[in-house]
Amino acid sequence: MSQGLPTHPAGGGARARDAAQAGVLVSARGLEVHFPLGGGTIWDRLTGGSPVARVVKSVDGVSLDIRAGETLGLVGESGCGKTTLGRALLRLVEPTGGTVHFDGIDVTALSSADLRRARRRMQMIFQDPYASLDPRMSVGQIIAEPIETFHLATGAATRERIRELMSVVGLSERFINRYPHEFSGGQQQRIGIARALAANPEFIVADEPISALDVSIQAQIINLLERLQRERQLTYLFISHDLRAVRHTSDRVAVMYLGRIVELAEATALYDQPLMPYTQALISAVPVPDPVVEGTRRRIVLEGEVPSPVNPPSGCRFRTRCRYAVGACAEVQPALAEVRPGHFVACIRVSPEYPDIERVPAGATPGLPA
Amino acid sequence: MAEAPLLSVEDLATWFDEDERVVRAVDGLSFEVRRGETVGIVGESGSGKSVTSLSVMGLVPRPPGRIVAGRVVFDGQDLLQLGDDAMRRIRGRRIAMVFQDPMTALNPFLRISTQMTEVTRLHLGHSRADARAHAIRMLETVGIPDAEGRIDDYPHQFSGGMRQRVMISMALSCRPELLIADEPTTALDVTIQAQILELVSQLKADTGTSVVLITHDLGVVAGMADRILVMYAGRLFESAPTRELFARPANPYTRGLLLSVPNPLQAKGAELYQIPGLPPDLAETTAGCAFAPRCERAEAVCRSTPPPLVRLTAERESRCHFASELFQAP
Repeated sequence: MSQGLPTHPAGGGARARDAAQAGVLVSARGLEVHFPLGGGTIWDRLTGGSPVARVVKSVDGVSLDIRAGETLGLVGESGCGKTTLGRALLRLVEPTGGTVHFDGIDVTALSSADLRRARRRMQMIFQDPYASLDPRMSVGQIIAEPIETFHLATGAATRERIRELMSVVGLSERFINRYPHEFSGGQQQRIGIARALAANPEFIVADEPISALDVSIQAQIINLLERLQRERQLTYLFISHDLRAVRHTSDRVAVMYLGRIVELAEATALYDQPLMPYTQALISAVPVPDPVVEGTRRRIVLEGEVPSPVNPPSGCRFRTRCRYAVGACAEVQPALAEVRPGHFVACIRVSPEYPDIERVPAGATPGLPA
Repeated sequence: MAEAPLLSVEDLATWFDEDERVVRAVDGLSFEVRRGETVGIVGESGSGKSVTSLSVMGLVPRPPGRIVAGRVVFDGQDLLQLGDDAMRRIRGRRIAMVFQDPMTALNPFLRISTQMTEVTRLHLGHSRADARAHAIRMLETVGIPDAEGRIDDYPHQFSGGMRQRVMISMALSCRPELLIADEPTTALDVTIQAQILELVSQLKADTGTSVVLITHDLGVVAGMADRILVMYAGRLFESAPTRELFARPANPYTRGLLLSVPNPLQAKGAELYQIPGLPPDLAETTAGCAFAPRCERAEAVCRSTPPPLVRLTAERESRCHFASELFQAP
């Protein structure tokens, strides 16, 4: 199916199952994206509120590694900064602090010309496929664009590559001259995937790639993304609020809350034994499509809502909704610490770095049999 | 068992005129909702689940929509025969609706207090002061912190989850006998979704309201519904008590749907089952079964003859030529 399209030597064909041995492809250190709030509100003007304080800390000190060939799931609720983090890794938004390395290259230090070259290797798939496709361009033109931009083929070879990509993502090449609005949501997402693949990338940030699709179509797109990963040794950052889809697609999962990573672990460990109280609540809230399980499991219902990222709580940002919060949680900003091998948690009541503070009981998440 | 159902929809057909074509959004749908029961309606976009609820509420936009056949019998009265005034007395009072997007139900230019007291003054004849006190109580019931201080806020001053609560409190303020909730949690995050579902279950237990819960999320109905209706292409494809439907679906579409949802208890690995192809274009009438082009079980008869809705047990139906066979298969 993908014959003729060059694949990457990295990974040597075998999927990076034993991810601990695999190399790191993408590495973020202390990554920050702070958006200034322009002007301030009437309140600020009346009270003379400091403009310095009016900053949305969308991503606030994120360090993580994405290993070659793996899928790292990134979950969190709306406004937690997961989309901004995904974009910052590709420098589609400018980080205001920290670094991103891609295959050893400091992406944050690249000139715009070098960045454009590096972008060939890092692509993105968007949540709203229709909004991400230019309505005035035919499918052929959309897929041709990255091929031409990166000088990957010319003339008849371009045409041939377009047809091949269309067939790889399951679109009939008869549609090559059709326009995006003539397709269903699932087919539009296939076009978006073909466009991302056209540059022949190694790393793809998939930002909620199935959220806008019908249930029966979601499975088709998940299977397609997984097959492409196997065939092309792709590395994915799979951003989603759908914890069921993330469990299915991801090797490891990072949980984000108000701009920070609060837990990161192998998917099985994270779902079966979440350690951070926020992750426990998040996973217990996922409706399981099984009435027998639903009838018996206990849900941790969090009080209230996510606080504003403009003025997040001091110390641990989750403490205002956490049933385990103690006084110290307001003072100490918990660092992401390795609590078990490969299992990182930012919680002073779990992390061994704060031995004086009473432990949160570990154990399996209520409702999910281990 | 002998008690008459609260709502009985009989052979409902709601069509939309679109240019030169007729879209049969709902085509011959029958179902019942008993008192105190929660019925889940599951389907993908275009299955007709939302048009069903709009038809029951008398809210189908005309034109382009029209109800071409059927009866919607609520507590012995055919709602389709009622005049606008009579329908207005039922809608909001005896049957209430909650939408996916609260802003479709809330007026952005009016304070919450105005919108909430309007309903109870009209329907329950409350005085201004009574209506206000009642509204504050309702907001407290749905968990709005500082309800008294916030009742004069405008909708935009609430977050998405809080707006959903406001809409639910408004829908429940006249103690309706039937609550229709159309994708009430789809736009919300999972932790907020859990809060809202918990709230609906609790209110239901307190008031005995019947609930019709419309959703595409099988996980949501698994935990909430007593019975489930599965719709496809404007028709009922299967109906069954919730546990039976999940344990033993008797329709190929239901089977495919159940298999294609990632189970959060299962780790990465196996490929997901996928239903091939796309949902049908409802403006094109098919000779046979609407699902046949995507169905693994399909045979020649499926492409030539519309499948009957087969009654399998007192509580179960399936629209498939092979319904009995699938039902008996282990």
